[in-house]
Amino acid sequence: MQPFTTHTGTAAPLRRSAVDTDQIIPAEYLKRITRTGFEDGLFVAWRRNEPDFVLNQPQYADATVLVAGPDFGTGSSREHACWALLDGGFRVVISSRFADIFKNNSTKSGLLTVVLPQADVDALWAAAEADPTTQVTVDLQARTVSYGATTVPFEVDEYTRWRLLEGLDDVGLTERHLADVEAYEAGRHPWLPKALPAR
Amino acid sequence: MPKTLAEKVYDAHVVRSAEGEPDLLYIDLHLVHEVTSPQAFDGLRAAGRTVRRPDLTMATEDHNVPTLDILSPIADPVSRAQVEALRTNAAEFGIRLAPMGDRDQGIVHVIGPQLGLTQPGMTIVCGDSHTSTHGAFGALAFGIGTSEVEHVLATQTLPQYRPKQMAVTVEGRLPEGVSAKDVILAVIARIGTNGAAGHVIEYRGSAIEALSMEARMTICNMSIEAGARAGLIAPDQTTSDFLQGRPHAPQGADWDAAVAHWRTLRTDEDAVFDAEVVLDAAELTPFVTWGTNPGQGLPIGESVPDPAAMTDENERRAAEQALAYMGLTPGTPLREIGVDTVFLGSCTNGRIEDLRTAAELLRGKRIDGNTRMLVVPGSVGVKLQAEAEGLDRVFTEAGAEWRGAGCSMCLGMNPDQLQPGERSASTSNRNFQGRQGKGGRTHLVSPSVAAATALTGKLTAPADLADVAP
Repeated sequence: MQPFTTHTGTAAPLRRSAVDTDQIIPAEYLKRITRTGFEDGLFVAWRRNEPDFVLNQPQYADATVLVAGPDFGTGSSREHACWALLDGGFRVVISSRFADIFKNNSTKSGLLTVVLPQADVDALWAAAEADPTTQVTVDLQARTVSYGATTVPFEVDEYTRWRLLEGLDDVGLTERHLADVEAYEAGRHPWLPKALPAR
Repeated sequence: MPKTLAEKVYDAHVVRSAEGEPDLLYIDLHLVHEVTSPQAFDGLRAAGRTVRRPDLTMATEDHNVPTLDILSPIADPVSRAQVEALRTNAAEFGIRLAPMGDRDQGIVHVIGPQLGLTQPGMTIVCGDSHTSTHGAFGALAFGIGTSEVEHVLATQTLPQYRPKQMAVTVEGRLPEGVSAKDVILAVIARIGTNGAAGHVIEYRGSAIEALSMEARMTICNMSIEAGARAGLIAPDQTTSDFLQGRPHAPQGADWDAAVAHWRTLRTDEDAVFDAEVVLDAAELTPFVTWGTNPGQGLPIGESVPDPAAMTDENERRAAEQALAYMGLTPGTPLREIGVDTVFLGSCTNGRIEDLRTAAELLRGKRIDGNTRMLVVPGSVGVKLQAEAEGLDRVFTEAGAEWRGAGCSMCLGMNPDQLQPGERSASTSNRNFQGRQGKGGRTHLVSPSVAAATALTGKLTAPADLADVAP
């Protein structure tokens, strides 16, 4: 996973709530078996059908920070949603609330999800709309989002922050505890089902 | 300390707990399908890792599966390559696979319970958000992303943070024609599409206890549509009656020991929930969605809402966008909305009881001449059982199409899709824009509303049929 320390870029104001992962990337793009190359599916229906959709506006075409309404990433567990955002050039998504699985997936794929109060999201929307060239800095070390004269703090748990800063792979971390896994397995109920062999 | 059912299951699976780190949770069953697993297997190969517990892993093909001509190779080369990747991966890593044509094939959340692999007190994961379905058995079951699929394949564990606890209590008796689907749509409309974020929901109360396992699965299935991590129901006699004799259920002395353990899987009386929602079963009516997320629903007797009357700005904007997409006008009675297609199936409502309910309403009648109806059993097992009961003939004689098992029109990954502007009444779980095909317009409904709607061509409650000329 690509480490995340700090990132500076312009912001795209996505004034929509409850953006589900089917909108971030529709199911037909999920037939692919690769982990990259999903940028063509990113918000594809809105990009095709709505001329004034934020990412169709040239001033936001190079944005790397997506600022969305509440409840971003609901629905399907597809991690492809995070991959498509990364492939589409985004490093950070800011919202007042994320869906659990999307947020969890983002921490595994190196996309930073930042929760800010809706009032701070509103202010950031206004700033990015007033001046689309506004540079937004998201600093995971300092846990702050800064633009213009404004700096707002955000919360992230220490463990997730450490993993993202270091770009660590969870499987490698868990493999250090295999002895605990083996000890647990020795005490499992004997009647628990096994898929193999087929009965 | 008193605990909820979910806390008991969670605590019983903690492999390792350390201050400042997520818990490491053991996973009893990992279900795998073709869509969210290929990149995970690639990750294993790249790192030279194996699957730690192939015996606790089961794969099937469901999302890409055509429901017609199922024994021919899949025509779409991209879908075919994805299914073939699963076959290669299952063979290479020693995982049991129920492929197309196999008796055990079906939607991953239908076959787990059907085979008896889903049992009370287990932890179950799958790279699919509707894994919450298995919570109907008192299992802690939740959807994960592909990185987590890889993690479970490699270690049979997952790092997890302790979820919050929510109770959804439904007391009383459901009126005739009102089903589990209506209950869960009403819950989601009440708390919102992400209202249970961070929580596990326990469904309880006399109305829940009275439900069959199929109905309980419908409710738990849509926990994710309320944003919950998982949803579960305490196991009882209904649960063990369903499981006894299934291929992977315990047998003999093991059965007795398992049942004795399952009886302990209840929320302690003094346990504390972080949130509670209470519904009166007697007040519920058939529920349908009007918008583009599952929280945008109303009783079928209501009308399309007016965004201008909504005070919350985000809610109003979402409703305006939804109505524009759905092609609906505020104030239109929901019962006057005509549909082109009725879809009966999916991991929400593709089980035998769902098919029986719909067939009962269609028996000896013809569906509306301008409406098509697809009936898609959730698994080969459901299909064979329905055919043994003659339900397939009831559907075809009514003018509906009887298809092979798969995810079908629940999502646009296989040939069963809506055309742009086409409107459906669907027993599936998501009415998101484009979910059933680009530009398709979805109204989520119960199986009995689906059948009644097929007969009239407009959103219809089963109780309305008495007024319809034969």
